Amino acid sequence: MGKRVGIVAVYQTKYEESKPYLHIHDLAYEPIKEILKISGLKFVGDGTGIDAAIGASQDHWDGYAISSKLYQDQIGGHLRPESRVRGDGAVAVFYAAMSILSGHYDTIIVLALAKESQVDGRLVESFGFEPNYTRMLGLDFLSAAALQAQNYIDKYGISPEQAALVVVKNRRNARFNPVAQAPADIEVQDVLNSPMLSSPLRELDTKPTSEGACTLILSTEEKVKKWTSKPVWIEGVGSCYDSSFLGDRELAEPRSLTSAALQAYRMAGISDPKKEIDVFELSEYTSYQELLWAEGLGLCEKGDGGKLVQSGATEIGGEVPINPSGGLLSGVPVNVAGADRVIEAVLQLRGEAQGCQVEGAKVALAHGTMGPCGQFHQIIVLRRGY
Amino acid sequence: MLKLPLKIVNEDPLVLQGKIYLDYAYYVGPIATRFFTDLRDRGKFFGIRCGECGITYMPPRGTCGRCFGKLEEWVEVAPQGTVISHTITYYPSVCHPVKEPIVYAIVKLDGADTGLIHMLGDVEPSEAYSGMRVEAVFKEKREGNILDIKYFKPLR
Repeated sequence: MGKRVGIVAVYQTKYEESKPYLHIHDLAYEPIKEILKISGLKFVGDGTGIDAAIGASQDHWDGYAISSKLYQDQIGGHLRPESRVRGDGAVAVFYAAMSILSGHYDTIIVLALAKESQVDGRLVESFGFEPNYTRMLGLDFLSAAALQAQNYIDKYGISPEQAALVVVKNRRNARFNPVAQAPADIEVQDVLNSPMLSSPLRELDTKPTSEGACTLILSTEEKVKKWTSKPVWIEGVGSCYDSSFLGDRELAEPRSLTSAALQAYRMAGISDPKKEIDVFELSEYTSYQELLWAEGLGLCEKGDGGKLVQSGATEIGGEVPINPSGGLLSGVPVNVAGADRVIEAVLQLRGEAQGCQVEGAKVALAHGTMGPCGQFHQIIVLRRGY
Repeated sequence: MLKLPLKIVNEDPLVLQGKIYLDYAYYVGPIATRFFTDLRDRGKFFGIRCGECGITYMPPRGTCGRCFGKLEEWVEVAPQGTVISHTITYYPSVCHPVKEPIVYAIVKLDGADTGLIHMLGDVEPSEAYSGMRVEAVFKEKREGNILDIKYFKPLR
């Protein structure tokens, strides 16, 4: 990257299973009001404030066509430029960075939100499968992720106990994250005793239903330096899609993740991610996925994800800390997930991650994913700039 | 006339119950038409081959994602195949076509290079395994869709 894009400010609501008293526009209002307060910026396009807005949400989840209209007045979209990413918030961060690098806008606010409890999420996910050959079978992202987890077990001998260690680590890490939904001091046996949903996935192996929202403000290098004493730079980005036919894919080989990561590593000048990246915030919709994503990112050899978590390397004090925030297994909404990973990475690089802090973190990787079994991946590499 | 299904179902917090009614007539296109017609009328599986990449796709589609080639070479594949992965789904869902537990599986039919997603039947769920040899069981009255395959059963 010639020019640089940085993060001015971030904000997360508390994540909860349900926020029954809030309309989506109420849910949007808090993180926008707060980030304007923190940054001191306003919705003005004269070069002194926020030029444009990008939301991340999905019509099917929100029950409304072009559902960003639900928060248009909150995000500064009244008679101003506003667009929306249908899906994960990490992609909205990527688009915001590109818009700024293009020179068209200097400063962009990103909002990601979801109220998962408003709709049968499994039904929403079933619409993610093409109708000709797959949808009538009634698959959703959970049963699809179970096919992936079983394939991973069959191929590499990953054990349910190893996967459960991911849950134990993340739920315990969440105890130190003030916005986490479901912190818990649990043991491997608690995971193995939780109800079987779709073998080998048990309830605690999966992300709980969640609601919440988060915001980020991104800007040019010049303005970021002016507006914050703790700049964080976006150093590398990459994204990649795999086939939408599940049976075309090697489910235990996240090749689209590897491709996205290699693009981002190259851009950020990273040759050994294990040594050069200090903290990883990944979108694990299931326990097994965190192990697979670690392999796809090159943090261990193929099939060694289980050994990696067993070794303690992915703990907060380990060699490659993964999800010190508690990750998705501790409750982060769909669509919000990737943007929330970027925010947690920013908090780490600013030394503001409280009890989850990885000491001296200088480089962080944030990851978002969309589609069943990690069909699409978005990688964002960030670096501390002070 | 369609009445919009919106009604108050809870007073505190006030909840408006809604539903999105959208009836679709999905045109399946020439490729899936041929696939489902062969399945329905002859109980046969046809994949489609990319000569450039040497891949026989199942289910068939019109374009090769790898080389952007137009796919036209139909290849009959066997109704028998191998389970690549499977899961026993216990939770209920309005989307499920049969009663739970459902054994979902990815089956690679003999002669195809990619897997077909379907269900397993005539087997104790706990006895299903990846690598198991299976064959298609067809519905008696077939309609021209993916559920014309009732399930795949173990090959004995």
